[in-house]
Amino acid sequence: MKIDPVKIHQRYLQKQKQERIKVRSVQLLLLVGFIVLWEIASVQKWIDPLIFSQPTKIWALLLTNIADGNLFPHMTTTLSETVVGFVLGTVFGTLLASIIWWSPFLDKVLEPYLVVLNSMPKVALGPLLIVGLGPGFFSVTAMALAVTVIITTITIYTSFKEVDPNYIKVIQTFGGNKKQIYQKVILPASFPTIVSTLKVNVGLSWVGVIVGEYLVAAQGLGYLIIYGFQVFNFTLVLMSLVIIACLAALMYQVVFYIEKMLIKNRG
Amino acid sequence: MSAHAFIEMRDLTHVYVSKAEANEAISHIDLSIAQGEFLSLVGPSGCGKTTILSCLAGIIRPTQGMIRINGETLRGPSSKVGYMLQSDYLFEWKSIIENVCIGLEIMGKRTKENENYAQFLLHEMGLSRYKNHYPSQLSGGMRQRAALVRTLVTNPDILLLDEPFSALDYQTKLRLEDLVFDTLKKHEKTAILVTHDIGEAIAMSDRIIILKRNPGQIKKEVVIAEELRRKLPFQAREAEGFHELFRQMWKELEEDED
Repeated sequence: MKIDPVKIHQRYLQKQKQERIKVRSVQLLLLVGFIVLWEIASVQKWIDPLIFSQPTKIWALLLTNIADGNLFPHMTTTLSETVVGFVLGTVFGTLLASIIWWSPFLDKVLEPYLVVLNSMPKVALGPLLIVGLGPGFFSVTAMALAVTVIITTITIYTSFKEVDPNYIKVIQTFGGNKKQIYQKVILPASFPTIVSTLKVNVGLSWVGVIVGEYLVAAQGLGYLIIYGFQVFNFTLVLMSLVIIACLAALMYQVVFYIEKMLIKNRG
Repeated sequence: MSAHAFIEMRDLTHVYVSKAEANEAISHIDLSIAQGEFLSLVGPSGCGKTTILSCLAGIIRPTQGMIRINGETLRGPSSKVGYMLQSDYLFEWKSIIENVCIGLEIMGKRTKENENYAQFLLHEMGLSRYKNHYPSQLSGGMRQRAALVRTLVTNPDILLLDEPFSALDYQTKLRLEDLVFDTLKKHEKTAILVTHDIGEAIAMSDRIIILKRNPGQIKKEVVIAEELRRKLPFQAREAEGFHELFRQMWKELEEDED
């Protein structure tokens, strides 16, 4: 029998495509099935409609809120707090890791503090931050920063230390100094780790912001959730949750895109 | 023994200190190397071969003793010395040409002229086509050739080769030996090769230093016959006297094994 590589390749691609379609349709089916089941269960009173609301009500509330422009300020507030907290957490974490890498003495001194800070629940700092920075944007952003910065520092510093010493040797044999070792080897070699911390930080900064808003905010999606809870409007709570899920997914996609850009040339 | 000592090691001693112990890696090494000479260091693991290279590269400061290069005392990494490691250690995120120019960049010598020299060397090593490729796209032999270019481009007088062929398959290794030998002779470099491979040492060197361990000391010196020296490594392996010498050295080294 004759073998035609082109044909085999085409068949392979076709198979891959079929597989993709299969996965996507099952995913869609799950989502639709879940929403439909939710709706029916709520209408039929299998679940308590007061607590679990129902998709059509949530959708209707979403539309009215968008129409009267109520929702938009809440969304932008929360989103900007999250993005700023996320960026600051990553930048400060990387900076701190760099400083510790630079000074082995500082590394030894700070080690127990980092361990304690890392295991401490950062949201417990909430009241302090609020009093210190005043209720509002700054304290909520600071909360996101507090949640992300220590774990970022530890992860990135670990990756700094794990860079193969022979790469450093290459730079040293050319007479390179510490700054050059950092610039040419340590930092670029750690890009993949930095990007993967970005992914973790997306989730963590949302935790910080939502908890921060629970505590103080007069605006934002976290505030909407608490408000809905207080007035026992769970349709509002669930609507906010859906929006948060969508925004977080969007942010994750952006990070994913950045990752592709940054490390496209690595084998 | 050599007419003019280009590299001079006097009483070179180094002690590594760790929490558990202080370990004397090399002890009172006296060694002179002439300009243009190809010298190999062989010996069991732990005999301080790499320590000697690190001292010559100026990466570690010997506990005692000194190194003079062309009459000048060595006090740190020198642009006269190039170092080639066991593996290529090319930076995966840089293209080949960027990798090759890293030394120039660090020394602040990345001029148009030097970059042209890098291109020339890449061409000489048969890598011009790959200068914009990334290391992951190259084979092991090609990567090691690129690493050689990276070392040569800063134009050092002395090359330190730390088992540069050990990570390669046998065929590539033989071919690279010839290429490196030829390139170094052509550019009139002085070379110090650390290797585990007795055959490689005989085929490439003018002189071989056998070291013993705990602590690392010179055990014996073997001067290679003129006929063997002139031949390319691959031919030298076939030449008369090669196997005789191989057996001799094998015996010499065997005594040190436990």
